[in-house]
Amino acid sequence: MTGNQAINTAIDAARAEGRPALVAFLTGGYPTREGFLDNLAKLTSEADIVEIGVPFTDPMADGMTIQNSSSAALAQGVTLNWILEQVGSRQWDAPVLLMSYLNPLLSLGDNLAKRCAAANVAGIICPDLPLDECDLLRVPLAAAGVTFIQLVTPVTAPERIEAICKVASGFIYAVTVTGTTGGARSGGPAGDAAPVTGAVIDYLKTIKQHATVPVCVGFGIRSPEQVKELGAHADGVIVGSALVEELTAGRDPAAFVRYLKGGK
Amino acid sequence: MSAEPDAAALLARLINHEFPDERGRYGPYGGRFVPETLVPPLDRLMAGMRAVLNEDDFQNELNSQLQHWVGRPTPLTRAERLSAAWGAEVWLKREDLAHTGAHKINNAIGQALLAKRLGVKRIIAETGAGQHGVASAAACARLGMPCRVYMGEVDVARQAPNVDRMERLGAEVVAVTNGDRTLRAAIDEALRDWVSSPLDTWYLLGSAVGPHPYPELVCHFQSVIGNEARQQMLDQAGRLPDAAVACVGGGSNAIGLFHPLIADTQIELLGVEAGGRSMGLGDNAASLVAGTPGVLHGCFSMLLQDENGQVHETHSVSAGLDYPSVGPEHALLQLTGRARYVTADDDQALDALNECCAMEGILPAIETAHAFFGAREYAREHPGCCILIGVSGRGDKDLPTLQQLAGVAS
Repeated sequence: MTGNQAINTAIDAARAEGRPALVAFLTGGYPTREGFLDNLAKLTSEADIVEIGVPFTDPMADGMTIQNSSSAALAQGVTLNWILEQVGSRQWDAPVLLMSYLNPLLSLGDNLAKRCAAANVAGIICPDLPLDECDLLRVPLAAAGVTFIQLVTPVTAPERIEAICKVASGFIYAVTVTGTTGGARSGGPAGDAAPVTGAVIDYLKTIKQHATVPVCVGFGIRSPEQVKELGAHADGVIVGSALVEELTAGRDPAAFVRYLKGGK
Repeated sequence: MSAEPDAAALLARLINHEFPDERGRYGPYGGRFVPETLVPPLDRLMAGMRAVLNEDDFQNELNSQLQHWVGRPTPLTRAERLSAAWGAEVWLKREDLAHTGAHKINNAIGQALLAKRLGVKRIIAETGAGQHGVASAAACARLGMPCRVYMGEVDVARQAPNVDRMERLGAEVVAVTNGDRTLRAAIDEALRDWVSSPLDTWYLLGSAVGPHPYPELVCHFQSVIGNEARQQMLDQAGRLPDAAVACVGGGSNAIGLFHPLIADTQIELLGVEAGGRSMGLGDNAASLVAGTPGVLHGCFSMLLQDENGQVHETHSVSAGLDYPSVGPEHALLQLTGRARYVTADDDQALDALNECCAMEGILPAIETAHAFFGAREYAREHPGCCILIGVSGRGDKDLPTLQQLAGVAS
């Protein structure tokens, strides 16, 4: 099964249950390297898709929560190589994606696609590789059966949304907040749950109009009410900073995913 | 992505002014590796550049500011005693005499004018040594625009006089406490601010780095250095120099001096990077001499990084050179062999600074002192040669650092 098929199967299964797919993010090797496989096992059994953040020294699109988790992981020696070894060490109950800035991915050179496929990584999200430059990774990854996930933001012009939708596979990552991850303003604390405004709904409608793959929304998701509301307009929701805060507090991340799904 | 070393073909295109191309590439380097959120403001910036930079009105306004406010043209000074001591003919292009004390003002007033012309209301900037922050604060005060400056807290401590200057000039200075707490962390934080308000904010980037079109825009405004110096050499020395030497951190003063001289292929272009404490990873800021190709702050260039693609911390006695990457045009100049890059370590730079003070009555910035050391070495290798040194800034801001180093030494 290719990454694209695995992702679509997972999103279809959630839809069959009458809810949006839950995409859960955790920073690789955070809060500890030792606990990573256990956290990944818990999250892949509860969430529909799991996204592993590859730590980077200069995460320019991230708010404080993910920046701090990234530095803590780097301080413990977490690398892309280590993450790939961990992910590839067993089978997981949900498709696994990597979210990484470009430079760590470039460090593997031409081996990137092969290594991802060998570790059964379904797809890659690269926040600093926009449409105009994305063939650099998209083409070699696709040849190895690994999906390259495209991002769309509220400031992306409609004609550009259309162009992004044309080359999208897996799902489209619709960022709902113009800002860094966590929904915070620069340097500030993580924001409250971002309101699902009419503007957000219109924006999602525009994407849905052009998209031929599922649309998942992210940035500032932290309540079951948001998940339910957004679920009416999108195929999935992505939860990142709020989940990393649970990891920081030493709580079970899977319990938070259950809470977001509306369970107990 | 690889740096294809078809150097001869790239050199021909470089000399023919074919870079950057439409995608912002300088050969293999450059580009625009940014979050999708920053694509619209970068597109707007590019459209604005193409529409406005060559307009008569804009050029007249910029030239008037450069002449009457910045104090251009800056002089070309013959360094009589250094010439005698080095056995060479040494000329100094005096950006230290520009308003606010360094070349940074050329770009700051240019971008601020462009931002105002394009109707942007809010300016943000980053700063390392504080020179770009001071220049941005001054330009914004001059044009009546609000300005916020991000500065790493390590630099806030070692460049305290400049923090005070920025605040007096009306800027809000934000100390950055995450990352490496120097220039690189300041750029990270400025980019996060910009990602949060991309449409109503202008990022006044101070070096010839970052995503396309910044390297081109900064080079455009800094090329006044090389254009003036070239004509002044012809007028005052009656010839062009054998070598043009400049210090290189991000590389804005160096590209300003080098770019207009690229087609004068008989002139050797020599960039001097910060050799810091040693050439070991983490002990210097010599991205061209010691780095490998990689992406930082939206640009593919030479980068100080480890084997896992993590950006490495840097060290230099000069805050202004303390940056782990470099402008993409320098990476191409090096790849094609059109320019050569060497290092001066902390001690060598300080020694050259003292020599310049004692022999020419000029206190250069510690950044600039790296260029003086490189020029002295060049003179030793080429007796009787004619050297043009880009004096990128004055050293008044470095007195606390110099006093502290003197205290340590005694």
